[in-house]
Amino acid sequence: MATVRHRPEALELLEAQSKFTKKELQILYRGFKNPWPLSLRECPSGVVNEDTFKEIYSQFFPQGDSTTYAHFLFNAFDTDHNGAVSFEDFIKGLSILLRGTVQEKLNWAFNLYDINKDGYITKEEMLDIMKAIYDMMGKCTYPVLKEDAPRQHVETFFQKMDKNKDGVVTIDEFIESCQKDENIMRSMQLFENVI
Amino acid sequence: MAAGVATWLPFARAAAVGWLPLAQQRLPPAPGVKASRGDEVLVVNVSGRRFETWKNTLDRYPDTLLGSSEKEFFYDADSGEYFFDRDPDMFRHVLNFYRTGRLHCPRQECIQAFDEELAFYGLVPELVGDCCLEEYRDRKKENAERLAEDEEAEQAGDGPSLPAGSSLRQQLWRAFENPHTSTAALVFYYVTGFFIAVSVIANVVETIPCRGPARRPPREQPCGERFPLAFFCMDTACVLIFTGEYLLRLFAAPSRCRFLRSVMSLIDVVAILPYYIGLLVPKNEDVSGAFVTLRVFRVFRIFKFSRHSQGLRILGYTLKSCASELGFLLFSLTMAIIIFATVMFYAEKGTNKTNFTSIPAAFWYTIVTMTTLGYGDMVPSTIAGKIFGSICSLSGVLVIALPVPVIVSNFSRIYHQNQRADKRRAQQKVRLARIRLAKSGTTNAFLQYKQNGGLEDSSSGGEQALCVRNRSAFEQQHHHLLHCLEKTTCHEFTDELTFSEALGAVSLGGRTSRSTSVSSQPVGPGSLLSSCCPRRAKRRAIRLANSTASVSHGSMQELDTLAGLQRSPAPQSRSSLNAKPHDSLDLNCDSRDFVAAIISIPTPPANTPDESQPSSPGGGGSGASSTLRNSSLGTPCLLPETVKISSL
Repeated sequence: MATVRHRPEALELLEAQSKFTKKELQILYRGFKNPWPLSLRECPSGVVNEDTFKEIYSQFFPQGDSTTYAHFLFNAFDTDHNGAVSFEDFIKGLSILLRGTVQEKLNWAFNLYDINKDGYITKEEMLDIMKAIYDMMGKCTYPVLKEDAPRQHVETFFQKMDKNKDGVVTIDEFIESCQKDENIMRSMQLFENVI
Repeated sequence: MAAGVATWLPFARAAAVGWLPLAQQRLPPAPGVKASRGDEVLVVNVSGRRFETWKNTLDRYPDTLLGSSEKEFFYDADSGEYFFDRDPDMFRHVLNFYRTGRLHCPRQECIQAFDEELAFYGLVPELVGDCCLEEYRDRKKENAERLAEDEEAEQAGDGPSLPAGSSLRQQLWRAFENPHTSTAALVFYYVTGFFIAVSVIANVVETIPCRGPARRPPREQPCGERFPLAFFCMDTACVLIFTGEYLLRLFAAPSRCRFLRSVMSLIDVVAILPYYIGLLVPKNEDVSGAFVTLRVFRVFRIFKFSRHSQGLRILGYTLKSCASELGFLLFSLTMAIIIFATVMFYAEKGTNKTNFTSIPAAFWYTIVTMTTLGYGDMVPSTIAGKIFGSICSLSGVLVIALPVPVIVSNFSRIYHQNQRADKRRAQQKVRLARIRLAKSGTTNAFLQYKQNGGLEDSSSGGEQALCVRNRSAFEQQHHHLLHCLEKTTCHEFTDELTFSEALGAVSLGGRTSRSTSVSSQPVGPGSLLSSCCPRRAKRRAIRLANSTASVSHGSMQELDTLAGLQRSPAPQSRSSLNAKPHDSLDLNCDSRDFVAAIISIPTPPANTPDESQPSSPGGGGSGASSTLRNSSLGTPCLLPETVKISSL
């Protein structure tokens, strides 16, 4: 497989497009360019593919199986759907997640949940996402994980979010419901100071 | 955990934003981050050679010297650099490990020196990358063997000492297996060797024709018949010695069945059996023929030498391991023989007085010709026969000469392959163990952190903050991440032990009515909390009622269960929550005393109000459960006071 050398856009351009400073971009790029000590073999430099995503996540959540969630995340980051996340995609995503407004963050989350990107979150999509998240917990949880825990959670979610009870959640319903929930609003600030 | 992943932590934390809208509980606050997170270049001066690297690079592996605060011990404030009085050439490899994540082994350095450097910098040898791992291990093994040989040579006199109380049997077995351990064993070893030789030589000599005593027709006789008594005595002596040895070995063997099945013991049996059969068999004409044949088996005594010779054993093993190649050689030879024998037979069929009387008779000719022996007892006379005969001998050279080097190389290849397969299996095991260890390390770190009360609000006392503060920033953030996941899913990470307990308890129909136990964590304005698991709890309650606990104290449980279902909720611990009627059966997600509650089942149901166990600050979890378990096993009928005390 030919190594695709992907050079990112200039530092100034990225700085203008994202909300990171030059120093932060430098730190991020250094980590990105040398993504994984272990599985560098198949990864063309300059882009990150799905397997690397999965491996990274499995290191963070060793108890469970994080491959499904990593898959959804990858699709959320890979905005042009070309199978690889370039540094620009990466920065774009991170910029929203870490430095974006609440609106942007909620938009991103909605995009993550909407697997087929059709503008609606159906119960099945939500169930997939929920299962992926619960998979990350692994087997040894307390209390013991029940088979229908994800489904329960999805029901709760839809009860809260689906205002007109039509079985799908649109972006407006989503944003509106989240903005009403003070817990969620408060948690949105949690991950700001990450770099 | 391999914290080369530290560079990706921001990404993982950012992606956790995806959980936020789904979280049903409030997520914990983020850990405080140090003010300056800018990256800086560190200078490491190793014996005069300066290496410069980013601080983040070194921080990737916080459990090594360079990645942890241990390097501050080597910090030279005057020059602003870290000074190490070590080998700069080796340091290059160590630093490259931080940069690339792979530790390479230098080819031209002594492996011992490399090991010492690794030990100094806090790197475990298992970190050596796959490309260099095999060579590293080989060299280490060579070294170790060389050292071991030297040690053995030093302690030539003393053998491995058995524990004092070893039985005669064990001592005997050790004497048999390691003749060098004691003088008596050595003597026995040489005596048996001598007698084996004597027996073999006697077998050989008794067939030599000796000139008989002067008889009218001077007739040559084999010595065996001339001196039958002498040979018989010698034979008897040898067989007696062998029998004695065999019986002693049988007595001393730790596992008699295995000994009986082993090759050496079979050889022993085959060596001595003909003699006894000969004794038993009456001396009549019919059977003596068979009896004579049996004496052939006496030659197997020579195989007893393989106990005395390491080389024979190795040869035997290699032959065994190359059996398939040998088999193939034989098979191809057989094919060729049959083909040529057939051809020669039909070619020579017409000749008078030909030796090629049948195809099997032609086999002999083919074999002799193909192996280029050419005895000349059978020769073709027709022209066609001679042509095919020459083709046969030419092809014989090819057919025989080609597989032999293949077999020889197969010997060495198979031998080394076996070695390598064993090595690879061992490496795989080590690698898997390493991965498992890393995973469990991470989980354990988090669970440990939880147990130490790290998840409490920081407002509730600063004493316990000390024990949780000595985590790196990376660990703090990682734990915060895991905590967020717990809160999102309303479940907690546990270890295997607690999980299996909980699993077992749930299958017993563990009660949830004890959920009035106070949550060990401060409960915020969690109106969402009660809605968290109502349905789950209801289902469990139903299962309770129908449960047929198969464990010994199941019946008592059922009684309690049924009684508990009608109990009114005791809301004192959940005052801050909306006490819905079915909340009494709620399983409080925050309750660490769930397992504790389950095991306290045998309490008589009348003591409900006392059941609210005081909160155990973070020490709940596995700690409480284990103490409770002990108490519950000890006293099948627990008093509430016992329950309360042991839950602390």
